[in-house]
Amino acid sequence: MQIIIAFIAGLLMSIGIAVSMMIDPAKVLGFLNLSGNWDPSLALVMAAALAVYSVGFRLVRGRSAPLMAEKFQLPSASKIDKPILIGAAVFGLGWGLVGYCPGPAISALSAGNTGTIGFVIAMIAGWYIARKLPLAKVAPKKSTDCYS
Amino acid sequence: MENFTPLSALIGGTFIGLGALLLMAALGRIAGISGIASQAIFQKQDRSWRLAFVAGLLLGPLLVALVISDFSFSTPELGPRTLIAGLLVGLGTAWGSGCTSGHGVCGIGRFSPRSITATLIFMAAGVLVASLF
Repeated sequence: MQIIIAFIAGLLMSIGIAVSMMIDPAKVLGFLNLSGNWDPSLALVMAAALAVYSVGFRLVRGRSAPLMAEKFQLPSASKIDKPILIGAAVFGLGWGLVGYCPGPAISALSAGNTGTIGFVIAMIAGWYIARKLPLAKVAPKKSTDCYS
Repeated sequence: MENFTPLSALIGGTFIGLGALLLMAALGRIAGISGIASQAIFQKQDRSWRLAFVAGLLLGPLLVALVISDFSFSTPELGPRTLIAGLLVGLGTAWGSGCTSGHGVCGIGRFSPRSITATLIFMAAGVLVASLF
């Protein structure tokens, strides 16, 4: 059952990525590039997603446990430390270069374009390298972090 | 601003929020796409739900294409720029523990100062690079 729910969650998110056209890196660059013909659409994508999630999260957190698991697994890290500052900056550089963040890049894979496939392979290589070369002194247990 | 598409942006954003919320409500997990996908690849523990989530991600646009007949999107050229961008996105999201979904939606949605900071930084860096290069 967990597997079916996770599948539907991924499906809903990539439907959203596709419908909002965030799947199109040109659309995302239209938002990030302030020097040209600016397109504010991405701000509304974020606003709508945040409106749903922030309200829903408050309701959900009122429960003692999630519907299909023993407990909520929220990030334990709360410190604004070097890895998050450097990591976010490096991610932003890559995002601005092409207009892909991980969700849209993975969602676009089914189109079978070599550029998308190359991007995702390079991204996976980046994940691998970062696991071998963590910025924190103690390699963080990934499962406790924000993106578990 | 003739490229502005407010309606599809709001509908799409709602779907993204609902998907992320479902994962929290049912599994108690943060819907951070970079984390889920990388751990589906590199971590044996709890792999099955993560693989299922990634499978859902892959299928969504195909479903949209069935419903919206003129659905199409551009893709980047395969070249040094695309590969460097992919590498930076991989490194950055792993070091920074999240991406647009994990920090930008789930993190800000639960008012995490760490995620708000991360989002401001990657937005600023993205705007800078996209505007200058």
